[in-house]
Amino acid sequence: MLEIFQSNYNALFEALLITIKVTISSLLLGSIIGLVFAFFSISHIKLLNYIAQGYLILVRGTPMIVQICILYFGISSIVTLPQFWAGVIALAVHNGAYISEIFRGSIQSIDKGQMEAARSLGMNYKLALRRIILPQAFKRAIPALGNQFILLLKESALVAYIGMTDLWGATMSIAGSNFRPLETYIVTGLFYLVLVGLFTFIFSKLEKRYDPEKSVKRSIKNSKGITVER
Amino acid sequence: MIELKKVVKSFGGLTVLKGVDLTVSEKEVVVLIGASGSGKSTLLRCINFLEILDQGEVQINGEQINPAKTDLNKIREEVGMVFQHFNLFPHNTVLENIIEAPVYVKKMKSDEAKEYANILLEKVGLRDKADNYPDSLSGGQKQRVAIARALAMEPKIMLFDEPTSALDPELVGEVLQVMKQLANDGMTMVVVTHEMGFAREVADRVAFMHDGQILEQEHPKNFFDNPQNDRTKQFLSRIL
Repeated sequence: MLEIFQSNYNALFEALLITIKVTISSLLLGSIIGLVFAFFSISHIKLLNYIAQGYLILVRGTPMIVQICILYFGISSIVTLPQFWAGVIALAVHNGAYISEIFRGSIQSIDKGQMEAARSLGMNYKLALRRIILPQAFKRAIPALGNQFILLLKESALVAYIGMTDLWGATMSIAGSNFRPLETYIVTGLFYLVLVGLFTFIFSKLEKRYDPEKSVKRSIKNSKGITVER
Repeated sequence: MIELKKVVKSFGGLTVLKGVDLTVSEKEVVVLIGASGSGKSTLLRCINFLEILDQGEVQINGEQINPAKTDLNKIREEVGMVFQHFNLFPHNTVLENIIEAPVYVKKMKSDEAKEYANILLEKVGLRDKADNYPDSLSGGQKQRVAIARALAMEPKIMLFDEPTSALDPELVGEVLQVMKQLANDGMTMVVVTHEMGFAREVADRVAFMHDGQILEQEHPKNFFDNPQNDRTKQFLSRIL
């Protein structure tokens, strides 16, 4: 196994880089998509609610691999998307659906009294949402988001099927040439394991950091200067 | 200062307010009492338009308010509210809670807002809690912060929606003390409460609500010692 790792060192690390790039890009894009559709679903405008519902039904109702293939092979008869972007967009659109539900749930879980208190102080709906509801909702969304991001990282392996040499793409070609699939797959599995471990670590740090009860030190630090954006 | 005329409000099929008239003059303290479900809180929430009335009129400072046309945010800037469950912003410190609206709504400079916030904290006796998060405060302290937060907008009217109902008995006094001081300073107040001692001592007028209507309103002395309406008598005999 060590030998496989050593002889494919370069290929594997290049592939790892691609996996990381694809994951982070689709994670950012997916979060934006998710946030936008979360706003659509909590909006008072019926049309936006319907659009969000339609998006959820389509995306959650079809397999990721089908979506990637439609985007890359299907759409290429009309416009050609570069592999990277086809992969990223498919991953982002797919995960965006789940992320939007995470955001919607966390926004709606904030006590109604928070909005009422903000409005009673003269804040308009948007300001109250931005300053009072969202900061609390984001904090509450962190554990579920972390989970979704781990899923996204692992799902990114599917981009191998549109010809990208991400970790899984590289693995398949290595295993195909050295005829030692079991050991090769285990090496790759370890790569993913380490990546996921890293993600988990980062999110548990984030969770702690945004929990005011657990960070008394932060409150003391804040007394010196509250940054106020205008 | 506040004038409600024939206010009607329903939720679904349930009519909660059945044509309520209420006038509150400047610097007057009006206490609303009545059984739960009688419409006290709803009436209060109609004054700052957290509930939009179905029929009737609301005038504040002589200005008739049409919820569809008037900028309700401007009205709410002048009408502070204190809630039963405090509704402090848990992600902000006490000081941040208080300066939030002055800075973001009134566009006050943050230093100025902090200075005023500290004066208000002094007033409610919590100067040393400025940098604490609400979670670390007792119920009575939270409610005093909530009062300071509402006062930070320099409202002309303060509404209190059962401000002591969620508190442990031994913490009620400190909140009532702050409210009493506020009344002495000449604030116009409408208070929904079950604290009859407070009503008797601080109110200029006590109004009894029953089934969506105000049945009787009187100076507290007359109200408690010599109630006219049978329902009022019944209610008072049950709670006193």
